[in-house]
Amino acid sequence: MIIGLDVGGTYADAVLLGPEGLINFVKVSTDPSDLFTTVLTGLEKVTQGIDPLQIQRLVLSTTLSTNAIVQKQMPPVGMIVSGGPGVDARLYRTNDHYCVVGGSIDHRGREIEPVNAGEIRKIAETFKKEGLARVGVVGKFSVRNPSHELKIAEILGDRFEKVFLGHRVSGNLNFPRRIATAFLNAAVYPIHKNFFEAVKKSLEKKGLNVPIHILKADGGTMRFDSSMDFPGQTILSGPAASVMGAIAFASPETESLVLDIGGTTTDMAVLLNQVPLLNPLGITLDCHKTLIRSLETHSIGLGGDSAVRVKDGRIVIGPDRMGPAMAYGGSTPTPTDALFVLGKTSNGDREKAVQGIESVAGALGMDPEQAACRIFDAACTQILSEAREMIRRINSKPVYTVRELWEGTCVKPTEMLILGGPAQYFAEHFREISDYQVRVVPHWGVANAVGAALARTTCEVALLVDTEQGIATAPEEGISERVGRNFSRDDALQKAFELLRKKALEKGADPEELEMEVIEDLQFNMVQGFYTTGKNIRVKVQVQPGLIRGFSQGVQHAASQA
Amino acid sequence: MLQARHKTGLVFFPAFDWAISPTHPEREERLLYTQDQVFEEGLFDIEGIQEFKPELVEELDVKRVHFCVPSVGRVMTESHFISAGGAKTIARAVMEKKVERGFALVRPPGHHAMRVVHGARGFCNVNIEAIMIEYLRKAYGIDKVAIVDTDCHHGDGTQDIYWHDPDTLFISMHQDGRTLYPGSGFVQEMGGPTAVGTTLNIPLPPQTSEEGFLYAIENVVLPVLQDFKPDIIINSAGQDNHFTDPITNMNFSAQGYAQLTSLLKPDIAVLEGGYSIEGALPYVNVGIILAMAGLDYTYVKEPNYDPESIRQTAQVTRRIESVCDQVMDVWKHRESLRKKAMTGKDLENRTRHIFYDTDQIVENQFETLRVCPDCSGVLKIDSSSDRGREIMAVHIPRKACPRCVELGYQWYETAKKGRYGQVFLQDRPRDLYLES
Ligand SMILES: [Zn+2]
Ligand SMILES: [Zn+2]
Repeated sequence: MIIGLDVGGTYADAVLLGPEGLINFVKVSTDPSDLFTTVLTGLEKVTQGIDPLQIQRLVLSTTLSTNAIVQKQMPPVGMIVSGGPGVDARLYRTNDHYCVVGGSIDHRGREIEPVNAGEIRKIAETFKKEGLARVGVVGKFSVRNPSHELKIAEILGDRFEKVFLGHRVSGNLNFPRRIATAFLNAAVYPIHKNFFEAVKKSLEKKGLNVPIHILKADGGTMRFDSSMDFPGQTILSGPAASVMGAIAFASPETESLVLDIGGTTTDMAVLLNQVPLLNPLGITLDCHKTLIRSLETHSIGLGGDSAVRVKDGRIVIGPDRMGPAMAYGGSTPTPTDALFVLGKTSNGDREKAVQGIESVAGALGMDPEQAACRIFDAACTQILSEAREMIRRINSKPVYTVRELWEGTCVKPTEMLILGGPAQYFAEHFREISDYQVRVVPHWGVANAVGAALARTTCEVALLVDTEQGIATAPEEGISERVGRNFSRDDALQKAFELLRKKALEKGADPEELEMEVIEDLQFNMVQGFYTTGKNIRVKVQVQPGLIRGFSQGVQHAASQA
Repeated sequence: MLQARHKTGLVFFPAFDWAISPTHPEREERLLYTQDQVFEEGLFDIEGIQEFKPELVEELDVKRVHFCVPSVGRVMTESHFISAGGAKTIARAVMEKKVERGFALVRPPGHHAMRVVHGARGFCNVNIEAIMIEYLRKAYGIDKVAIVDTDCHHGDGTQDIYWHDPDTLFISMHQDGRTLYPGSGFVQEMGGPTAVGTTLNIPLPPQTSEEGFLYAIENVVLPVLQDFKPDIIINSAGQDNHFTDPITNMNFSAQGYAQLTSLLKPDIAVLEGGYSIEGALPYVNVGIILAMAGLDYTYVKEPNYDPESIRQTAQVTRRIESVCDQVMDVWKHRESLRKKAMTGKDLENRTRHIFYDTDQIVENQFETLRVCPDCSGVLKIDSSSDRGREIMAVHIPRKACPRCVELGYQWYETAKKGRYGQVFLQDRPRDLYLES
């Protein structure tokens, strides 16, 4: 049996899955001031009456790090940044203790200016005096040559609790995002560490001695201990959990649009043949643009509790939420109230809902039933148009080869999978006004927890080979090796797959579940004068997000029986 | 957070799978390190800098500009449809005010491609700026256009296309043709009889450095632009004037290119040449993008940049001042020069031999222009190459008078009965392109 637990803003959902499908699920209220108790209560309830020895794994997804960042409650961090020529690194300041230092590396990874050890020592002393325990070190082009970051780390020595190096948090180019990513990792580290160590300890006390995995924003998992090196990857795992939960019910060989219609927002994502689309760059959270891998999701300010107003004779829904629906004691009419008027929902105060919709109807000069219809239709239409816009954006993503541009692969989902409270009413209407094959995800209320439980371990490896300089580097893996002049693209792919396999297993993947694929494969002749002097090979491989096999089949099967 | 002062659009298309040949300067690797630098600097994340995916240019867009022999499809590769399309995409973004300025960082380049195209010359098959400009004229009613070509090589293709067009100001600054391909671009080349003065050439001596380029911009280009009052300014932004470029002899720098861009304030820049792919392009392109966006580029420097070691000599400075004086002289007297060139002429003939270095083709042209008092004049070109048959191409200009339109069709009909393998007609007023 496996457990998935997803802590959201309002509720925490926990599920217990067996090979036969969903065994048990619970929903507990989230106490934002005490997520620890929330998590433990959820786990306790879902495992009630179950022999702890039967549980094989536990996947957790929480808003812990996300909250700390959004509420700007992060402990202080020291940042050491070396930029060199180009855009002034001082413009990318992330926090108070942010020092720009000398030293630079060029785009081929060649040293232009060495690290000034004296300068670093001085900064280390200052940081120490200021009581900083965590430090981020980021250099421009450190993913081409990490030696400067390593040198700085060496100088810092063991004076600090934890040092995060830019080239280890992402192998992708983008200096400002690398700075932000290293910063966020360092900032949420103590919060993440204290929390999960406490969770682990209390579970062990209860005899629940299972491998703990943490859900990441890319819909994959990582082992508890490796999450200590990459705590930033847990940011925004919530939306990913719901998308993963929908995957079990997506049709194969189809492109699907996933809609999670919540109270405040509707979150959208796209699946290609049951594989969620990844964001090409990384998460943007608050003012931080990062290199943290994530699913391509789009969130709009339109949900069941969005405020409904009339402006210039037209219905406007959201983007704000003024409180719950009037049927549940709120003071502003909402799409949920419209559902009450239409008789689709009844477990609340219908009178209040009618009152709310009447005010809208008055402004529009129609009767409440009619107004409710219009509100509901407007909500659906707006969701559809935002979905179209998201798909347009995905399809207008630039490509850099002639082949890709001419082939013009185009995402065009034909299936719609809906989660969320009013899912079935929305589904009915979407069927009427769109060409999608519309389906409601079974157990949508806990689909997020199901998604977390079933998510497989994901990871990515980038390998860059420069045979002119005779170097192969996989920055995130801390690898920089000499290679011969004849090192080929096939050698590079083989090497990358080896590294990926090793990394995935370390991060907790099941060796039987390693679905590895190539996501970038480029080779360039390097020419000086008119002679080929080497090859520049760039490959990237990944374990794509997906579901662990054994248990997902049970869930699918049980749903098809229902 | 960084915010662009001028909203700037970019089309970045490095064509990572296209080359003229594996070791040719115009090869897959050319924009690889530029991509690395632009990505690493995070330029696409800056508020107010937006990347656009290039569209494919249409055959009609090409036919507005070129006579392609034997056909558009045969002279263009897939990559040309994208680089020309990229320029068109960025131009549309500017015209539709999605951005204030735009830069098409695309390859392959185009400024050596002339009106008649038998193949590739100077690494160019079709003229991507001209295709973009004629599209803008058709789609958005743009009239007066200025093209400032800052590539190290003379933009002889663009010059050829606009030689007889008084509404297109073409200024090329380049390394002196006596010392570099294509060997043209002298001050005396100032346009056909009906368009004298709207072609201006500023040949610069080898070893010209930052001060020389900026002198020419401030003392010729900017004053001329002020007089001409174009609706739009296009920069053919070649980057081969760089001190590290392997095929030229100039001493320009990333700082210099950025300053030039700040002074010129082009609405649209289109990448042309530039073959120092590691030492120059990454820095020059970052400098140009920041300058277009109105952002600080003070720290954009090549690792081996030393302004003292590349400073131009006093002799070079004097030579540049003298060339600039001569060009301003042409510009100031353009009206009288034009009158003189047109007086007493009905038809003006030109014979030319054009060499396509990239494809090793020799073309012979016999061109006839009607020196018209009412418009820029209808044009016909009799062209033959050592590869194939003789063709006749008739160009009726955009603002042709009725008499010139009529004569154009007469020429076309007569040629159809003649010895030609192919006969083409560009009817620009009606946006109609015939062929037989
Ligand atoms: Zn050039
Ligand atoms: Zn005329």
